[in-house]
Amino acid sequence: MSSVAVSNKKGFGAVLWDYLTTVDHKKLGIMYLFAGVLFFAIAGVEALLMRIQLMVPNNDFISAGLFNELLTMHGTTMLFLAATPLLFGFMNAIVPLQIGARDVAFPFLNSLGFWLFFLGAIFLHLSFFMGGAPDAGWTSYASLSLYSPGHGIDFYVLGLQISGAGTLISGINFIVTIITMRAPGMTFMRMPLFTWTTLISSTLILFAFPPLTVGLFFMLVDRMFGANFFDHTMGGNTIIWEHLFWIFGHPEVYILVLPAFGLFSEIIPVFARKRLFGYSSMVFATILIGFLGFMVWAHHMFTVGMGPTANAIFAIATMAIGVPTGMKVFNWILTIWGGSIKVTVPMLYALGFIPSFVAGGVTGVMMAMAPLDYQLHDSYFIVAHFHYVIVGGIVTAIFGSMHYYWPIMFNRTLSEKLGVWTFWVFFIGFHLTFFLQHFLGLMGMPRRVFTFQADQGWDLYNYISSIGAIMMAVGVVLLVINVLLSIKTPPVNRRDYWGDGRSLEWSIQTPVPFYNFKQTPLVRGFDPCWLEKQEGNKEMMTYAEPLGDIHMPNNSILPLIMSIGLFVAAFGALYHPDGVSWSVPVIVIGLGITVLAMITRSVKDDHGFHVHVEEVIAEEQRLYGKGGNK
Amino acid sequence: MEETKFTPQSWPNHPEQATAEGKNKFVGIWIFICSDIVLFASVFATYLSLRNKGPAGMEFTTQSLFELPLAFVMTMLLLTSSLTSVYAMYHMKNYNIKGVITWMSITVLLGLGFLGLEIYEFYHYVHIGFGYTQSAFSSAFFTLVGTHGLHVIIGLVWITALIVRNAKRGLNLYNAPKFYAASIYWHFIDVVWVFIFTVVYLMGVLG
Amino acid sequence: MMKGLKKWRLFSLLAVMTVFLSACGEEYISTLTPAGKVGEHQYDLLMLSIIIMSIVVIVVSFLYLYAFAKFRRSRLGENYMPKQVEGSHTLEVIWAVIPIVLLLILAVPTLMATYEFGDVKAMDEVDEDGNKTALTVNVTAKLYWWEFEYPEQGIVTAQELVVPTNEKVYFNLKAADVKHSFWIPAIGGKIDNNVDNVNKFWLEFGKESEGLKDGVFYGKCAELCGPSHALMDFKVKTVDRAEFDQWVASMQATEGNTASVDSTDLGEATFAQSCLGCHAVSGVGVTGAMGPNLTTFGDRNRVAGFLEHNKENLENWITNPEEYKPGNLMTGKYAELSPEEISAVADYIMSLSVEK
Repeated sequence: MSSVAVSNKKGFGAVLWDYLTTVDHKKLGIMYLFAGVLFFAIAGVEALLMRIQLMVPNNDFISAGLFNELLTMHGTTMLFLAATPLLFGFMNAIVPLQIGARDVAFPFLNSLGFWLFFLGAIFLHLSFFMGGAPDAGWTSYASLSLYSPGHGIDFYVLGLQISGAGTLISGINFIVTIITMRAPGMTFMRMPLFTWTTLISSTLILFAFPPLTVGLFFMLVDRMFGANFFDHTMGGNTIIWEHLFWIFGHPEVYILVLPAFGLFSEIIPVFARKRLFGYSSMVFATILIGFLGFMVWAHHMFTVGMGPTANAIFAIATMAIGVPTGMKVFNWILTIWGGSIKVTVPMLYALGFIPSFVAGGVTGVMMAMAPLDYQLHDSYFIVAHFHYVIVGGIVTAIFGSMHYYWPIMFNRTLSEKLGVWTFWVFFIGFHLTFFLQHFLGLMGMPRRVFTFQADQGWDLYNYISSIGAIMMAVGVVLLVINVLLSIKTPPVNRRDYWGDGRSLEWSIQTPVPFYNFKQTPLVRGFDPCWLEKQEGNKEMMTYAEPLGDIHMPNNSILPLIMSIGLFVAAFGALYHPDGVSWSVPVIVIGLGITVLAMITRSVKDDHGFHVHVEEVIAEEQRLYGKGGNK
Repeated sequence: MEETKFTPQSWPNHPEQATAEGKNKFVGIWIFICSDIVLFASVFATYLSLRNKGPAGMEFTTQSLFELPLAFVMTMLLLTSSLTSVYAMYHMKNYNIKGVITWMSITVLLGLGFLGLEIYEFYHYVHIGFGYTQSAFSSAFFTLVGTHGLHVIIGLVWITALIVRNAKRGLNLYNAPKFYAASIYWHFIDVVWVFIFTVVYLMGVLG
Repeated sequence: MMKGLKKWRLFSLLAVMTVFLSACGEEYISTLTPAGKVGEHQYDLLMLSIIIMSIVVIVVSFLYLYAFAKFRRSRLGENYMPKQVEGSHTLEVIWAVIPIVLLLILAVPTLMATYEFGDVKAMDEVDEDGNKTALTVNVTAKLYWWEFEYPEQGIVTAQELVVPTNEKVYFNLKAADVKHSFWIPAIGGKIDNNVDNVNKFWLEFGKESEGLKDGVFYGKCAELCGPSHALMDFKVKTVDRAEFDQWVASMQATEGNTASVDSTDLGEATFAQSCLGCHAVSGVGVTGAMGPNLTTFGDRNRVAGFLEHNKENLENWITNPEEYKPGNLMTGKYAELSPEEISAVADYIMSLSVEK
């Protein structure tokens, strides 16, 4: 079987091949991170264009049709193709290290999940160059999306179907990893909060993505193969789409925000030099939020006309989510209370997070009041609300964690000074953009409007909001510059970069070797790294086994080939309603490629390979020995 | 991995969970089935809300369309195939590759019989004018039963591939979890069919 | 130096004041200046929740910032080792209970209002003669305009809803093509116009619209419905009951009105030739027209729902509707007209009125 690559310098082709075939969770984490940043930037530009259009009344910077395409792609991209992969990046890179595993449970599926996501995302974005992007909003409500001409919605349906399959596969992988791959002594109630939130969030993926898959499939056959699920003249019903979409869509918010909570629960104790307050109630609150997250989808549909009883039930259920969320917020405050706080960039983001997220949370409770929501629904108030939750909660977590985990992921550091600048520019810009949008909504401005008439009392606030959006863009540019500059920083080459690390990932010396742990660690309590440091252990780790051969999985190109097969088949389906003769053959060829790759995978035994003790010692010497320096 | 030769005595009690990879597969297939349950639940819910819904003057309803005897035969075929896959697992625990191959092959044959009847049924419906695009009801019906049928096809291909691949080489700790996962999957398909039989056919005909 | 600073302070104070003074919005469109029972009730709920929620945000932010300032490592020394606290059950119970109490305060009025706003039983009530006691309006939303049918009165109008003040007005709402949502922010909101089913709700109009800037309340489509979603506005004229009855009578009096191809008036003839197929000029009828009913066009406040109401805009609109409302269904439905014809048709349409 393949042996360890020991040489330092590799050609570009070899590196590329390595990344195309890798099953290493750390490399996949980096790939997720960069793919996420790419789509974050694209969706950010879309947002900026929209805000420029809305800067002044009756603006003609962007046409009505293009505006709808931008708003659809902005929402879809940010949620599915930016926030999700960015968080998956951290999950991949960090969770196995936190639980003391050498890799995830299904490395092959991990790679497949990434390539499905990535090719689905590329497919969706090709719509811009092939006759127009989807234009029915990220919710793509059935009546409008069936009415929408061109192929935009088809790109949406097929692209999300493919990337959604990738997300589901990754979710299953994380659940199994966390259940079966924990190091000895890493009991469930010793798991770091980020691992916990990853587990719950993956469970939500498990139950939330199938309804989306089903809904997208209905839309697909309705638009491309003449089915009638949503055509009311044929007995169909568009409300089914709304239910299926929100049964997925509401948990999706928690899928994203729970890992963000987890990341802050890692950052805050480290920089407060104090144990996370109320660990078990934090775990309990996470589970409760995940559970309640499935009971409340219809609060997005209060104005659909479900009747007062349904509205009342969903209103009360929604309010109940405020309780565990409130518990979390107070536990964070009590964590820093009496601590010793060092204000680093990640901690600065935590500082920005709590007030912003609480503000987003309380407006959520306001909209849970169904009769009040009749006014707020589909107005700019809700735009303000969910941006406070998503930017204030999730984006701050992602930016903060980039600074926090950069040393582990890249063995390099991001500049603190530039980071502080980024934070303030972005944070002030964010509040400037979205705070006044609450009032725009209350003043009667509907959301998703490509322009507005003057003299309705909205001019000033829209202008200010657009200025804020430009500041946010400047902030993101600063962050990208910071990332580029980090290439030139000296390598970290140490354990516990921040000095107060608590969980297992900080016990590993960077650069992290490809097998993570030369010996599987023995976890003797909560916060193992902190525990070992308190006992004066220089290696910050106790081992559960002697040095021995390490079993690792093989790289494979098959995940990429399977994804390409679906990518090809999607083009066939896309052009099917046009009546072109090649559509069915292309579908068959594409699916054939995927099935063949699956059969190859199934028939060819893949036992992985063993890294022998001598090779482990050589690798350790290369990474950490004298002159050994990446 | 070096091939270890087993005897029925040295063969572990739970061969499907004897290795770390096997354990992962064992947990993995159960987790996957959880998510597939939600998938079917969504399709079932849609079917129930679109049952008998169509354009004005639609002639086909559950009562005029479905025939219980055929659905009953299909149910029996699939239930029996579930039983035979249990036999195969029994032989796997006893390190008897011949038993595994025989009973898995019978499972595949029964599954093919089921699939044949389903194809006949679909063909018959389309033939009398109840096509996929005829009404919301027809779309929902074909999608629900067809999704199950697709699962059957995947299961058949999977089990056949396992039989072909492993008939000669015998059982080991690498392929035992694969057989086990496939049989769990097959049971799941069977359970889903029981629900389809009840919700679509039984409730359809009895109203 | 000091002077410059003072000026700067004064300027920023003024700027902040301007921002907050405009926080209520315009009377004819803002939910913060409600007119009528529903809107006022919703405004009360808004205030109740805003007060509670502001207290929550302020308390949490204060605690957090205070802790952040007080427990800084720069003050405590680099080597200070805080006590590693596991948690506290008492405290954790307390902050589970506080939100529950706050939420209960919000939940009770929420439930009551949900049932109150959803109560449309009175729609079917009849008096001894079998006439409906309450006014019902059937609203059909279409790309991108609104049709208002008064089934009991047998009349239909478009784009401008006319309703009596200080009584419950009931609505049946439906969409003809894609989903829309019916929202009059200052009066109360909102409910979707679905394609699959009819939604019902009621509103009460608490104020005559005459004193407002344009003499009307503004209504909006709140559900993304295509390129011109942002332009799918309508207006609401609220009048007292007597005036409303009079308006209904004059609408009913237009029964049988039509335009003739043989008319000597070029405008009417052209209208009959090119427009009448979709646009009726009689207010008596039922819902389901291809284009907005134009019987009351001369009384209206806007051209196409959002353009200023003058002949020039009307001419521009007729010349090229696509330029003003992309995706509308009027474009291309009629043969091209000469400038004289357009001018004459515009004159004719502007002359259609029941109030003058």
